[in-house]
Amino acid sequence: MTDHEHSNLHPDDPDTTGHSWDGIQEFNNPLPRWWLWCFYATIVWGIVYTVMYPAWPMISGATPGVLGYSTRAEVAEEIDRFEALNADLRTQITEVELASVNREDTPELYNYSIQAGASTFATWCSQCHGRGAAGVQASGYPNLLDDDWLWGGTVEEIHDTIAHGIRNEDDPDARWSEMTAFDDILTDEEIAQVVNYVLDISDQEADATLASAGETVFLDNCAACHGDEGMGDRVLGAPNLTDRIWLYGGTPEAIEETVRHSRFGVMPSWSGRLSEADIRATAIYVHGLGGGE
Amino acid sequence: MGILDSHKKIETNATLLLALSFLVVTVGGIVEIAPLFYLENTIEDVEGMRPYSPLELAGREIYIREGCYVCHSQMIRPMRDEVERYGHYSLAAESQYDHPFQWGSKRTGPDLARVGGRYSDGWHYDHLVDPQAVVPESIMPSYAFLADVDLDGARIGDLMATHAFVGVPYTEEMIENARFDFVQQATDFGDTGVVDRYPGAQQRDFDGNPDVTEMDALIAYLQMLGTLVDFSTFTPEESR
Repeated sequence: MTDHEHSNLHPDDPDTTGHSWDGIQEFNNPLPRWWLWCFYATIVWGIVYTVMYPAWPMISGATPGVLGYSTRAEVAEEIDRFEALNADLRTQITEVELASVNREDTPELYNYSIQAGASTFATWCSQCHGRGAAGVQASGYPNLLDDDWLWGGTVEEIHDTIAHGIRNEDDPDARWSEMTAFDDILTDEEIAQVVNYVLDISDQEADATLASAGETVFLDNCAACHGDEGMGDRVLGAPNLTDRIWLYGGTPEAIEETVRHSRFGVMPSWSGRLSEADIRATAIYVHGLGGGE
Repeated sequence: MGILDSHKKIETNATLLLALSFLVVTVGGIVEIAPLFYLENTIEDVEGMRPYSPLELAGREIYIREGCYVCHSQMIRPMRDEVERYGHYSLAAESQYDHPFQWGSKRTGPDLARVGGRYSDGWHYDHLVDPQAVVPESIMPSYAFLADVDLDGARIGDLMATHAFVGVPYTEEMIENARFDFVQQATDFGDTGVVDRYPGAQQRDFDGNPDVTEMDALIAYLQMLGTLVDFSTFTPEESR
């Protein structure tokens, strides 16, 4: 087929494949040795891999592989390994009397709680209470830095709040109370009076006439929860109205909105999501932010 | 050189080459794809999973329409850091009624696979209206308009029938009551039909506005994400 007489092949050239199309021929160059060996190596590696790891689909499941690898087992092991690192402290913290954990007597446990609590707080709590725990003013997310507590500020009470939340439907142990919406109960005049009374007892500028008339309205309608003096009631989560710390704002407009349509702040329950040790650590952390009792 | 000579027949016959290439690709496809439909360890039945209620389904449509999946994934991978941050890793069964699934591939915002119950309805409302009001460092845009769009659920039954067509087990009863359930879940607290038909459905006014709005639907959807499987009683098999 090939006519060397008429071709311009050099004597050192490799052989051709023997194909010829319109006089065009093709060298039969071998593949580079390194490439060929890499190719064979990947085939071998592929076979070894399917033997070692889960691979071939069979009738009811894939071959499990000689190494017994499982992503689910691996993540469980990884979590266990990290839990084991602090196992002692975590057991201690679930068993200890919460109020007895402090910097002086139990420095190691206290330190751990502050660190673990801070990281739990950053992950799960900061979206509502803020990165710095100052809450979101006037939107109903309480500031956790001050000493004004709605449901109690001892470390046990904080623990209870974190574990079960407030007014949520998921946890039967969540603390619950419901402010009445007075829009349909009180007249516009009475609402103006009681708003001015609240402005007055919180030391803000108020219409004196309306405010004095508002005292009766307050005693008849509000005092049952907020107390005769407006000091609030922690059993019911009723805020203290005299301290000028406001959950939804203390302007006349905000107070009127609260009186007319009430407020209903909800906090999720965390006992289903976080471990008891993490909840306790977070309680100690929040208690230590400044306002703990 | 016998095999190479035979191979020459394939190389020089385009139709034969096409037919044999198709055969090879078919075998490869069957081996890789077909087992996923019958292998027991890829189809894990998990107690608690149910089709979306009409209101949740409408919320899911809004989630898709607004392109939430562009920034939010719904897939907690089995890795320690993800489990610590978001909760138990996602199970295949948890997206079994998703058409299309919302796993996503990009996390500009956090994963939402288990966002249900993690925040209050009020937080979701505040956050969708003005994300920066509650999370100052967020770059999420505002979705305040959702609160202004009323929904009547007129086509929700059709949508459920379509989902039933592709395999979601909606019953006749569910589809017949679609519109009733749709409104009930977001407004009336009295009738328990929704919860009977969709166990674990949360029934309340989600956005503080008595009308059924797109905000109600989206919050209802977000509040049920990842809540159907009870992980205090369910232990995933390690081999799966």
